[in-house]
Amino acid sequence: MGAVAYAPKVVTIWEGFKAWFAQQGFAFDYVLYSNYEAQVEAQFDGTLHLAWNSPLAWVRADRMARSRGQSVQAVAMRNTDCNLRSVIVVRADSPIQSEADLRGRTLGVGAIDSPQATLLPLHHLRQAGLTGGEDFTVRRFDVLSGKHGDHIGGERDAAKALIAGEVDASCMIDGNHLAFGLDGTLPAGATRIIARTEPYDHCNFTTSPDAPQAAIDRFVELLLSMQWDDPQVRPLLELEGLKKWKPGRTEFYPALATAVDEQGFYGPDGSILRADYRY
Amino acid sequence: MAQTEAFSVPTIDIEALGLDEGGLLLVRRALAALPAGERLSVRGRAPEWDLQLTAWCRQQGHDVETQVLADGVLEAVVTRGPWAEGRWRGALDTGHSRLAEGEMPAETADPAWGLAARGATVEAGGPSIGFGLSRRDDLWAATAGDLYRQAAAAQWDPETAIDWAAPFDLPPAIEAAVAQVMTYLIENENAALVVPARHLGQVHPQYREVQQVLALQCADEARHIEVFTRRLGLRGQAPRLSTAGGQASLHTLMLAPDFSSATFLLGVLGEGSFITLLTFLQNHAPDPVTRQICRLTARDEARHVAFAMAHLEHRLAVQPDYQTRLQNAVEQRHDELADTAGLNEEVFDALVLLAAGDLNPAAVARGHLAVQQLKLDMAAGRRARLLRLGFAPAEAQRLADLHTRNFM
Repeated sequence: MGAVAYAPKVVTIWEGFKAWFAQQGFAFDYVLYSNYEAQVEAQFDGTLHLAWNSPLAWVRADRMARSRGQSVQAVAMRNTDCNLRSVIVVRADSPIQSEADLRGRTLGVGAIDSPQATLLPLHHLRQAGLTGGEDFTVRRFDVLSGKHGDHIGGERDAAKALIAGEVDASCMIDGNHLAFGLDGTLPAGATRIIARTEPYDHCNFTTSPDAPQAAIDRFVELLLSMQWDDPQVRPLLELEGLKKWKPGRTEFYPALATAVDEQGFYGPDGSILRADYRY
Repeated sequence: MAQTEAFSVPTIDIEALGLDEGGLLLVRRALAALPAGERLSVRGRAPEWDLQLTAWCRQQGHDVETQVLADGVLEAVVTRGPWAEGRWRGALDTGHSRLAEGEMPAETADPAWGLAARGATVEAGGPSIGFGLSRRDDLWAATAGDLYRQAAAAQWDPETAIDWAAPFDLPPAIEAAVAQVMTYLIENENAALVVPARHLGQVHPQYREVQQVLALQCADEARHIEVFTRRLGLRGQAPRLSTAGGQASLHTLMLAPDFSSATFLLGVLGEGSFITLLTFLQNHAPDPVTRQICRLTARDEARHVAFAMAHLEHRLAVQPDYQTRLQNAVEQRHDELADTAGLNEEVFDALVLLAAGDLNPAAVARGHLAVQQLKLDMAAGRRARLLRLGFAPAEAQRLADLHTRNFM
């Protein structure tokens, strides 16, 4: 399995899961990547049977597979990957009341490859008739690109820039809006939400086209059997940010796929189009 | 916040309070009162509060549905997830926080209890924290709790407890003798600080009272080092000679094989002798500042000795053959120090001079006699304490005499 090392805890998580799988008699190992692009490509050269993918990595893997006449499956995800929303936030005293008021203004977004803090909010605004770079200025807070926004530094920097008056509005995932409020990054009462995206899903375990089905089935079976009550896995589930694993689903990814096309991020075959994307 | 029972679903109204302004606390408390699977209705008026509640419920594994009520108020119905109970399953019991009369803490302390307060319920799966002192009988003293309370109440402030401005003017030879004695006292107190400090970090928090006694013992010694240092320099003197023999004697305390042996050598024999020395200095010191210092430090040392005695009494009660180990510890220390000089001549002469108060032969004779009596008193004290620990009289006398000539 492939995973992206967006933080040191990733080693703790997968070493822990590896030991747990071994106790269940299941031979499992993982490979860490510094970015999702290399990981997805490794799904097509026989290196990986499956990968723990960001939603953007899922979109790319799905496109690469389809363009080759193959298929990939989203076999499992966290309970916390379902029905997320992103929000666009302004300062409480801002004259901006709705999406339309952003015309001519500056919007702070996260990393170039962040679904939640860049791609999906910009897609939301486009649906409202505003195109980033044309109708309003996009100021990117690129932190650790290639990690698809898993590192929340970009979102936090955009939130700080909002409070500092450097941007007129900022984008973030709903959970971070709460977290930034609780940790004081966004002082209570200092901001106001002007827009929220439609619900979307986040990460999933994506199979590789040539993955052996029996091993994948056993992996998913064991994964879904993990219990929060089990003190051995509970700390790992906490680190990974879930209460339980759920079967994968893909019906909440199309908005992101549209955003990818609108913003010219990947081509229909999963090729990387953005020249300013460094990973 | 109003709480009602409308439609049999418990309801809270967080009014205009944002979830990031404390509203989460009200939701958490209301949910905690419900069994898993039960629903809670939350109403509020803060802007977009439902969005934050939904994000929080997702993280916590609670289902949530929102709707606008007929009166225009937004309601979220939260179904409590089963996850919070998981932390209590298989959780570890760590005993009683307050010990009843005669009650003792656990015989052995589980590393998995970690740093938890005694009496806490410890979630399973936490880190195992290895504490070297995790068996009760290796460190326990029945009076540890009382001694801690006495120590906490008896802490004194060196700045105000001692009249540093008290007038006195000593002949240079006497002031130099004070400086030499203070130099000696400081290095002994360094040992008396370092030895319990080394053990303190190894004591499992299950044995809270012992941990607290040792912590205050360290604080006492830190204070003693301060006042001896301050007295030493009060009239412009610099620290004087520290001898190899003296340091060798103190070093053996750091090498004692276990907590009980170290406590025996340092507390019962060493600090016990030191009380006699400090009392001697209180009686013979040539100036009021030194007398005050010695009175206060002797009082602290008496508590240290009391703890050492109480621990050894416990240990020997549950393990009578441990007496042999204590005998061995004294003999081994004596053998290790057989080739060293013992108390250095400078310190011996300084003590004589302080007791003499003058350099004329008659005064020196008096001083010499007083220091000889001091040594006899120290040995008698050691013998008395050994008798109290159950050593046979002859053995108590033999071990008392084998104690280091360096006093501590």
